[in-house]
Amino acid sequence: MNPESNPLKIDESPELSARVLSDISVSRPVLAFFAFAVAWLLIGTVFGLTASLKFNFPDWLGSFPALTFGRVRPAHLNAIMYGWVSLASAGCAIWLTVRLCQVEVRWRKLLYASVLLWNLGLLYGTISILTGNNQGLEWLEFPRGAAILIAVAFVCLSLSILRTFHARQVKHIYVSLWYIMASVVWFPLLYVIANLPFYSGVTQAAVNWWFAHNAITVWFTPIGLAAAYYFIPKVVGRPIYSYYLSLLGFWSFALFYNWNGIHHLVGGPLPTWLISVSIVASVLMFIPVITVAINHHLTTVGHFDKLRYSPTLRFVVFGAMCYTAVSFQGSIEALRSFSEISHFTHYTIGHAHLGMYAFVTMILFGAIYYTMPRLTKWEWPYPVLIKYHFWLVALGIGLYVGSMTIGGILQGLYMNDASRPFISSVEVTQPYLLARSLAGVLILIGHLIFIYLFSLMILRRGPERKAPPWQEEAEVIFP
Amino acid sequence: MMFIRLSTFFLGVLATFFLGWAGLTLIPGIQIREIKPSSELKPYTDEQFSGRAIYIREGCIYCHSQQTRPEGFGADQLRNWGRPSVPGDYVYDKPHLLGTMRTGPDLFNIGARQPSEDWHLIHLYNPRALSPGSLMPPYPWLFKEEDEFSKEVHAAMGKKVVPVPKGFAPEGKVIIATQEALDLVAYLLSLNHTYPVE
Repeated sequence: MNPESNPLKIDESPELSARVLSDISVSRPVLAFFAFAVAWLLIGTVFGLTASLKFNFPDWLGSFPALTFGRVRPAHLNAIMYGWVSLASAGCAIWLTVRLCQVEVRWRKLLYASVLLWNLGLLYGTISILTGNNQGLEWLEFPRGAAILIAVAFVCLSLSILRTFHARQVKHIYVSLWYIMASVVWFPLLYVIANLPFYSGVTQAAVNWWFAHNAITVWFTPIGLAAAYYFIPKVVGRPIYSYYLSLLGFWSFALFYNWNGIHHLVGGPLPTWLISVSIVASVLMFIPVITVAINHHLTTVGHFDKLRYSPTLRFVVFGAMCYTAVSFQGSIEALRSFSEISHFTHYTIGHAHLGMYAFVTMILFGAIYYTMPRLTKWEWPYPVLIKYHFWLVALGIGLYVGSMTIGGILQGLYMNDASRPFISSVEVTQPYLLARSLAGVLILIGHLIFIYLFSLMILRRGPERKAPPWQEEAEVIFP
Repeated sequence: MMFIRLSTFFLGVLATFFLGWAGLTLIPGIQIREIKPSSELKPYTDEQFSGRAIYIREGCIYCHSQQTRPEGFGADQLRNWGRPSVPGDYVYDKPHLLGTMRTGPDLFNIGARQPSEDWHLIHLYNPRALSPGSLMPPYPWLFKEEDEFSKEVHAAMGKKVVPVPKGFAPEGKVIIATQEALDLVAYLLSLNHTYPVE
């Protein structure tokens, strides 16, 4: 048969045709999740840069209540966490589930309902924060109405994914699916329990930080890892190094990571045993992290050349390496002796961005670069712009984390030195805060390039190609 | 066989999650529930409570903590920020405002450290009028600008004129504190936990 007349290659192999059919079944909902995710990425980045500039020019836009630092900063966090990262992770989780179960997606209408409710919740929640209706709890700022919308949206997503998983046509359940199935059970429970109105005082502080850290534990990290576990072997073209390491990695992750949250309250007015438990669990995180790092590294080793042409691999490997880095950093940061300096400072902000940006966001970029051509049946135009995107955000986040790390440690040392006035701990951070804003500008430009490319993909514009634009480059490297 | 393995999987997923939940929130919740309010801690007045809502609305927690650390852990004791805070100090706090950031100083005892209402009003109107080098945002929407000639009239009408230093307010205007500003300052002044605890 002439391959030109059968571009989807149906009938050539049953596995391939199942894959194509499942890709088609899921393309619209996944595209919807990705498109809104990208919109929230832009909104969230602009909020973030605005908040950063306010440290450099505290009187800038000073007479607009909606744009004061204390409102823009939580708007940034929520737009990024519940907007960009959550929507992109949801799209990624649906696509991976369908791929790895080799079936068409089930209960697709629930996915459309999920996108709709999710965005309504985000819009209502973000406007609420900007207009002064903030619940007062970090990571739980959205008013109850917005939280309910998001919870229902998440349950819709979970039901569709679990139903698809139940209908799977494969015997072997790949490691990515463990993380996804655990995640879609965990997060709705977590979000609902944390939003219950029963708590007050220091108990509420414990619930608050159990939630905030567990949002990373049970939702952002598992999806990031599921994507890394899928895309690294996929692009490299060899199976994951060790199944048993994956098993150890998953269960030690599930067991220890759920106990980490209270290290956010080191030195605070909570029972000492409680904080100690979280510190111990944070240090035990070395086990799952090293396990995953070894597994990913030994899968990639010998194939690092492919980073040069595969944008997916470049973003995902960068993200996977940063997962190791941010987890090591987190384990050390939880220790009392280190926390004494780093707690209450910009160091923590740097750590948060190393996790949510350098790890999770970079992997999500990689996942989008891989899936989009399969969803739109259109190849990425302008590969050189993808390189600009990568280097702008990679340098941007490097500068961001570097400046916040050094600035934060200095801030902590000055703060803990009673012979210095408190204001010196503010003044010492200023050059680093300026560098942070510069990093924000680099990241924003990178995002604008990414959004331009993404829009071209949705509209199927740009040069028409028969193969990925980096294929020629790959053939030069691997003839 | 597959069914058993899958059930075990989801059972493990739920078990690990709820173990962490019980350990980090349920058990401490039960332990802390028996704690009584610190002896001299008073519930918030209506005015202080409204001010607390402004504190939340403007996102003060993103730069200010409300928890003092013990001796040997940071410099809180050496800076005279007050004795280490205990769970009993927070029983009336909903939502809690412990905070995780100190871009600005801890406010657990700001009412004792800076008891002047005028200082707080000027500082909220423009922090740099009193603290050069501060990165705190100004909150002009908590204030009204009115014509200067009516200063005495304002006072007679019971309005609070804020003594903003020259050069920090528009020429020929006086700055009047709104009820929101007065409530917020009432809340800040209520942050005084210098009473002893066991």
